[in-house]
Amino acid sequence: MNSAVDAITSAGAKSAGAPVRIFVPCDAAALSVGAEETAQAIVEQARRRGISIELIRNGSRGLLWLEPLVEVELNESRRAFGPVSAADVPSLFDAGFADGALDRPDGASGQAAGSEAHALSLGLTAEIPYLKRQDRLTFARVGITDPRSLEDYVSHEGYRGLTKALSMEPADIVASVTASGLRGRGGAAFPAGIKWKTVLAAPGPTKYIVCNADEGDSGTFSDRMLMEGDPFVLIEGMTIAGLATGATRGYIYLRWEYPQAKAALEAAISAAYAAGWLGENIRGSGQTFDLEVRMGAGAYICGEETSLLESLEGKRGQVRFKPPLPALCGLFGKPTVINNVITFASVPIILDEGAGFYQHFGMGRSRGTLPMQLAGNIKHGGLVEIAFGMTLREILDDFGGGSYSGRPIRAVQVGGPLGAYLPASQFDTPLDYEALAAIKGMLGHGGIVAFDDTVDMAAQARYAMEFCAVESCGKCTPCRIGSTRGVEVIDRLIAGENAPRQEIILRDLCETLTYGSLCALGGLTPYPVLSALNHFPEDFANPKGGAGLRLTAPLLRT
Amino acid sequence: MTASAPRRIFPIKLEPGSGLSGEERAAVLGACARLRTLPGALLPILHAVQAALRFIPKDAVPLIASELNLSIAEVHGVVSFYHYFLKERPGRHVVHVCRAEACQALGGAALEAHAKAALGVDYHATTSDGAITLEPVYCLGNCALGPSVMIDEALQGRVTPQRFDTLIATIRAKPASGAS
Repeated sequence: MNSAVDAITSAGAKSAGAPVRIFVPCDAAALSVGAEETAQAIVEQARRRGISIELIRNGSRGLLWLEPLVEVELNESRRAFGPVSAADVPSLFDAGFADGALDRPDGASGQAAGSEAHALSLGLTAEIPYLKRQDRLTFARVGITDPRSLEDYVSHEGYRGLTKALSMEPADIVASVTASGLRGRGGAAFPAGIKWKTVLAAPGPTKYIVCNADEGDSGTFSDRMLMEGDPFVLIEGMTIAGLATGATRGYIYLRWEYPQAKAALEAAISAAYAAGWLGENIRGSGQTFDLEVRMGAGAYICGEETSLLESLEGKRGQVRFKPPLPALCGLFGKPTVINNVITFASVPIILDEGAGFYQHFGMGRSRGTLPMQLAGNIKHGGLVEIAFGMTLREILDDFGGGSYSGRPIRAVQVGGPLGAYLPASQFDTPLDYEALAAIKGMLGHGGIVAFDDTVDMAAQARYAMEFCAVESCGKCTPCRIGSTRGVEVIDRLIAGENAPRQEIILRDLCETLTYGSLCALGGLTPYPVLSALNHFPEDFANPKGGAGLRLTAPLLRT
Repeated sequence: MTASAPRRIFPIKLEPGSGLSGEERAAVLGACARLRTLPGALLPILHAVQAALRFIPKDAVPLIASELNLSIAEVHGVVSFYHYFLKERPGRHVVHVCRAEACQALGGAALEAHAKAALGVDYHATTSDGAITLEPVYCLGNCALGPSVMIDEALQGRVTPQRFDTLIATIRAKPASGAS
């Protein structure tokens, strides 16, 4: 990020008091819709009008349909405006957005005058219902702090979890994580405490902490938002994992598609080293933890943990047989904790507030919160961190506000490209690992992708097989060959070539994939395929004309 | 065979990387020298080579293999496994179009078709003026603001066909992004 307005900017000095603090996100999603141009326009307008401002590039609040979401801090509370394009900036200044107009209450009513009446005004940020209804634990600071500022992090309760952990025995840290009920947030939902305990008990001086930041599922962006908006919390969580298990080196395996996250992480790691929160003798404790970022290279399969470890070792990202478990024989053959970004980032608050505090949220065996991501054809897409247990319908209606196109939502894919397509009749399912598994779906990494009624479910089923064929690592036969044969069978099924027979073959093939594949890529590809076939058979019988929506397959060549 | 026939000697083994230009060779050797001591150095080295040269030249493979004491097959296997590593020199700009489900839900397939038609190329190909290479990508993590494309390293959301054309016109007018 080589922005001219990246850091703090003071322009002019007309107002006598402190500069007005204005926040414009540097999150990649905000930048994708013009946040950089908006930030530049704000600096330019402030300079031209002689208004002294401090521009802070925060993370995103997660109200992505309102990006670029600009905030102004007055009287220690923040007011939001959005979506603010560069062209809207002069009118915001005209309305008194940055010159203290909001500071002057309009008579006894206490209503702020001026820019509060601007068409883009959203009122106090904290009072926006979309945010107010959430349980922001892991994302407590995202959008609030400056992700580049360690001081900001520490002054917002950062590093309190690690400070506690430094005075604890490793087994007690592990016990705390176990008691919190935290399960792996990458998708497999394995209890984090049990994994950590295995690594703690494993013999040997060399152990590793690996963060899986290869967030490849379509419809998910919580890892990206967290790394861009609050990278220190991930660093803190990984450091605690190191203390808990006796590992002294960590790697963050990050996908290449996230250059903003890379820059944010590297800046935060440098700052943490400089302040003694990483490296040898952390804050005088005698403990050591080193951390570096490694880049992936565009392979979905490297989100699978053993494949990721192969990739970190500099090899093709091919899946390993299990056992041995990575906890005992992981990176470079050493005991390794490998967890998702959100899993590590949830640990500091567990240590800080206690396991009971975190465990109090959630339902059944799904404890705590999950940052859900509302995506696809949805009016109010964004990040929704809530306790487990809310139904899909509540999320889609109360948060999502219906489809982006205004047409009825026909299908929802939960859990990424390997998740099932759910029809409206299943929207009352609670978002909980076990409840979704019970309807042959999965919660995965918490991505929710909505489709309106123009979707061709046969095309989506075909795409799922095609995706598996493109991304298969090739190690096991069901996935490598089965996915290609699957595309062919679906093509014949859609074309109506002896359709009943093709359906039998497709179901049989899916059974082979489910039970014969080495990892979740082949094992779960039948989820989207069969859920489309079972819930939306009409699309397979009568393809909708095809040409517009049917996908072609040029990608099967390399 | 007569004694007067001239003897012709064919080298059994070419010098690794002999097909590279001086500059390319220096970039590859520099990346190896700088990063070879890292555990699992091959991916960081390939990233460094692509950052310097914008692709992994075919002749870089035996040179990297020789430097790291790996077989050519091992290095080739890694280069060919990962979609991000380009095997041929790309155009001045690389445009990645997201093919994943969240973008499909917002007209991603139509955008793909438009991109191919507007540029006159299929995926993994470069426009005839050498300006743009078109690549597919599976999720850019901008799933609430699709359809998305990434132009060089800049993410763009809510990309309608019209906005795609505007973005392309803008980068066509700009010089090469160069080695990032």
